[in-house]
This record gives sequence, structure tokens and C-alpha cells, in this order.
Amino acid sequence: MAGITVEDLSTVYPNGVRAVDALDLEIADGELFALLGPSGCGKTTLLRTIAGLEGATDGAVAIGDRDVTRLQPGERRVAMVFQDYALFPHMTVSENIAYPLRVRGVAKSVQQETAVRTAEGLSLGALLDRRPGQLSGGQQQRAALARAVAASAEVLLLDEPLSNLDARLRLEARTFLKRLQRELALTTVFVTHDQAEALALADRIAVMDAGRIRQLGTPREVFQRPADTFVANFIGSTPMNLVPRGSQIIGVRPEYLSPAAEGLFTGVVSIVENLGVTSLVTLDCGEDQIGYVVPEDDEPAIGTTVTVDAPPARVLRYDKETGQLVR
Amino acid sequence: MDSSGLGVRRAVGFVAPALVLIGIFLVFPALWTLYIGITNYQLTGPAAANPQVVGLDNLVEAVRDPLFTNSLWLTALFVLFSAVIGQNVLGFLLAWLLRSVSPWLRRTTEGLVLLSWILPSTVVAFLWFAVLSRDTGTLGLLLGQPETSWLVQYPMTSLIIFNIWRGTAFSMLLYTSALAAVPPSQLETARLVGASGWQTVRDVVFPHIRGHVLTNTLLISLWTANDFTPFLLTSGGPNHQSEVLPVLIYRQALEGGQLGYASAMSMLLLLGNLAIALVYLRLLRRRA
Repeated sequence: MAGITVEDLSTVYPNGVRAVDALDLEIADGELFALLGPSGCGKTTLLRTIAGLEGATDGAVAIGDRDVTRLQPGERRVAMVFQDYALFPHMTVSENIAYPLRVRGVAKSVQQETAVRTAEGLSLGALLDRRPGQLSGGQQQRAALARAVAASAEVLLLDEPLSNLDARLRLEARTFLKRLQRELALTTVFVTHDQAEALALADRIAVMDAGRIRQLGTPREVFQRPADTFVANFIGSTPMNLVPRGSQIIGVRPEYLSPAAEGLFTGVVSIVENLGVTSLVTLDCGEDQIGYVVPEDDEPAIGTTVTVDAPPARVLRYDKETGQLVR
Repeated sequence: MDSSGLGVRRAVGFVAPALVLIGIFLVFPALWTLYIGITNYQLTGPAAANPQVVGLDNLVEAVRDPLFTNSLWLTALFVLFSAVIGQNVLGFLLAWLLRSVSPWLRRTTEGLVLLSWILPSTVVAFLWFAVLSRDTGTLGLLLGQPETSWLVQYPMTSLIIFNIWRGTAFSMLLYTSALAAVPPSQLETARLVGASGWQTVRDVVFPHIRGHVLTNTLLISLWTANDFTPFLLTSGGPNHQSEVLPVLIYRQALEGGQLGYASAMSMLLLLGNLAIALVYLRLLRRRA
């Protein structure tokens, strides 16, 4: 068990792209940590640099109190689950799970024992003799997790762990993953471009852009008080309203706005989108479009004029020049 | 079965020219060889004018002929060491090692290796004479032993090294594309658990490219068994020490004038090739 310390880390590709740019980060022992950002933001490169699959150009990576910056991936005591799970197709589930032990030359009986025990823990007990090709997506993911767990690493790295599963399975796997991580209390870092996934799973989130961290915080902090307009735009399943007012930009989440006698914005209802339990209403307010969320069966008619307001604590102000949170 | 809607007659019309060409240049010579293999046909003399059918006599004679058994043994050595082991292993190693070097080094190496493959045999044989010959040969001068005549003193070893040099490019190309099909995440998983290079090849790479290995081994075995370039280097000498089967057949037919006897030998070579192919196909099918 160990935390991860990343210090002034840069990873530059041979073609000159600075995928990770002078980045500092501290991940606590046992934490479930999300690296979140759009594609090309450097999150996967950061994960791979921690694993040792990419070489650090500058700076240092430590796991626990060991500086691993110059160590080979195999010497770092990290385990990684890839987006495609990377199960060996010619080995059975049991052989796949035991592979890290086999490489180390552990006795066959111990390999077998570990495979069985790990598989039981991930409800794969009945599938030990199957090949990966005979498993469903969710089972393949659990087999890959089991192999990572069997490696008895100090750190678990997950690259887009849920993106290869269909929508329904994804929810199930998300809950499973969170429970497994709690049980193992294993320091876990996962990469995702899906903000909902990061909010739901992580203890803390680092929102990344262009190789740097834009904001670091708990899901609540990141959701309620995005540090700048980039994060504000990126987090939330309905995009935050960002409206220029003078030298500032006012930011309010559609979920916090509700009709009132007088308030922040007044406009004409132009579009209503059904989201299930709620609906997203779009108001045309001159040049700006304001979205707000209403409960089901409470939608205003198209063309009516509505005024919406939000509790003062939920109204954020950003500097127009820098995009940084003012208050 | 007429999925193109051409009608059988027109379809036959389309393929007829190709079939005629194949018939004239492939099927007829093959059958002709089979036929003269059972005659005492000779290049000159009475048997050239009136060849007699002698049945299986040629085959029986060949199997008993020490020249033939010597040649068969040399061919087996030649195929085993220059193709199955030499080209295969070196080609794989080059493909495997070149993945991780800088692009310019990779392209340069691939270019050089390919060069030895695309040059005409006669040119290549001439180059190797220059390297291996006595007194003025490059290798002798480099090693400070100009009096060594490599092709005379070590004829089979020279041929084997020559054929490895000449044919490795094909294996390298084939394995390069085969390796590209191994998912990078599986190789990285092996790296992360600390697998050595050999463990990675054995556990991750080889199972993915097994089919390629078999196909490649089949092709290079057959090419090497039928290769006539050794004749250009050693003419089978000295004293039959490097007389692989294609060379023996050529010498029997055109130097000895025994066309019937040589044809019978080439039939035996064909049977040998067929046996090799069957073994590989069996292995391939077992994989599937």
C-alpha cells in the first residue's frame, strides 16, 4: 500500500508534443483518484508515465517512499488494466489471472491457489477454465481486474475502465469497481473522459487540459465550484450557463435555476428536452441561451416568457479575461 | 452456382486464356517430366533418338545411388540450417529488435536487408565470389588469411551462410507485419508484470504469430529446397560436397546427359516437397 507523488513531471513525445507539462500531484494511500479531461489532454500519458510505459522527460514519480522515475515498469509494483483489457486470448481465465505469478517463477500450486481465490473474490469462480473469447465484456473486465489484483501491486492503474461496456453494464461495473476498491483499499488511479463516471467513482478528481491540472478536488468541489470556465464547461451532464456580464462571466448550473417572480435571467421558452425525471428548458434571452431544469410534468409551454433565479451561493462569477473563478 | 450471372459458357471463355497459358507452361512440362522420368531418355546418342520406357528403374537406381543419398542429406542440412533455423530466427530477431529503434536506423537496416533479396542471383553470386575467393577475397584479407578458399574448404557452411544472408529479408518482412498484429496492450501487460524479453515472446507474441511462423517456415523451406543459386557458387563441388538436389539434377541432366534419370530425381524432390507441405498444413489445421 502506498500513495503516489508526482513532482514537476513532464513527458514530451519524440515529435515535440508536451503531453504532460510540469505537473505536480499527490495521491493519498488507498485513494480512488480520477484523471478527467477531453481527449488529448494528457491524462492517459500521465497514467502511462506513472506505470513506466512512457519515460518521464523531467521531474519525478514516487510510489510510497520509493523514487520509481528511472525504474522499469516491471519493477514499480504497479498493475494496470487496459481499455481493451489485454487478456491473453490463448490462455484460460485462470492462466491469465496467474500470469504475474508465473512470470516470477512462483510454484504452480500457489499460482493455481491464487487464481482460484482471486477469481472467487470477483465472482469469476465458475469461469476459470474459459478463454477470454468466451466471456462477456463485463466478465472480461473482471478477469483483467483479477489479474491486476493477483499481481499484488501497490498501485492499480485503470485506463478508461468502463468505456468498452454498454450503457447498462457500465452502471453495474461502476458500482462493482467502487466496492472492490473499498474492499482492497488499494491506491487506484483511473483515466476517463466521462465526467459523470469521474464524479460517481472518485474520491478526488484532477481535471486536466493541455498537460496541466486545471482543478483538483472532491467531486462535490469540482461540481459546485469549478475553478475556471474550462472546468465549468466540462463538468455536469447538462452544460453550465456561462453568460458575460460586464467584465465578468456569470456561471449557473441549469439544475440550480428555477422560475421566480424576479431574478437573474428572463427569456422566451424555445426548446424543451425530456431527460426522463426532469426536462431541460432553453430560454432565449437576447443573444444568450439559458438552460434550466424543471421536474417532469412541470414544463412551460413554448413561447411563454419565464424568469429564472438561483440561490446566491450557486451563482459563480468568472473573470472575463482569465476565465478564473472570482467568487 | 452462377453468382456473377455470366452463364457457364461465357465464364469459361473468360478464364480460358489463363488456363491455356498455365497448361502450356506449367502442366505440360510437369507431366512431360513425369513421362521422361520413366524412360531412358538421354541428351545425345541412340537413347536420345529412340527413348525406351524403363518403368520405375530410374527411381530405384536413384535411391541406391550414393550421389543421390549424399545430395538428399546435403539438401536436408541446407534447408534446416539456412532456412528453418537461419532465416527464420534471424528474420524474427531483426523484426523484433527493429520495433524499438529509431525510424532512420530501422529503415536503413530494412533497406540493406532487402537489397540482398532483390538483387539477381548472378550478381549476388559474383559479389560473394569477391568476398570468399582465395588470395584476393575480402573476407580472407579482413581475417588475415588470404590463403583460405572458403568456397572450397567449407562449401556447405558457405552456402548456408550465403542463403541466410540472401533470404532473411522475406522472413523479416513477414514477421514485421505479423508483430504489428500483436495488441500493444498485451505486450505492455507483460512488461508491467516484469516479463523478460524471452517470456514475452513465448507467452504473448508467439501464440499470436504461430500461423505466420508455420506459413513462413513452409515457404522458405520449399524455396530453399528448390534453390539453384548454390550452383553459381560451388557448382556442387568440390567432389560433390555441396551438391544439393537441384544442382545434382542439373548436372545429371545437362552435364551427364541423363535426362530420364534426372527427371526421376526431380520427381523424388517433388515428393519430398509435398511431404514437407503436408506436415505444415497438418500443423496449421491443428492450430485452427
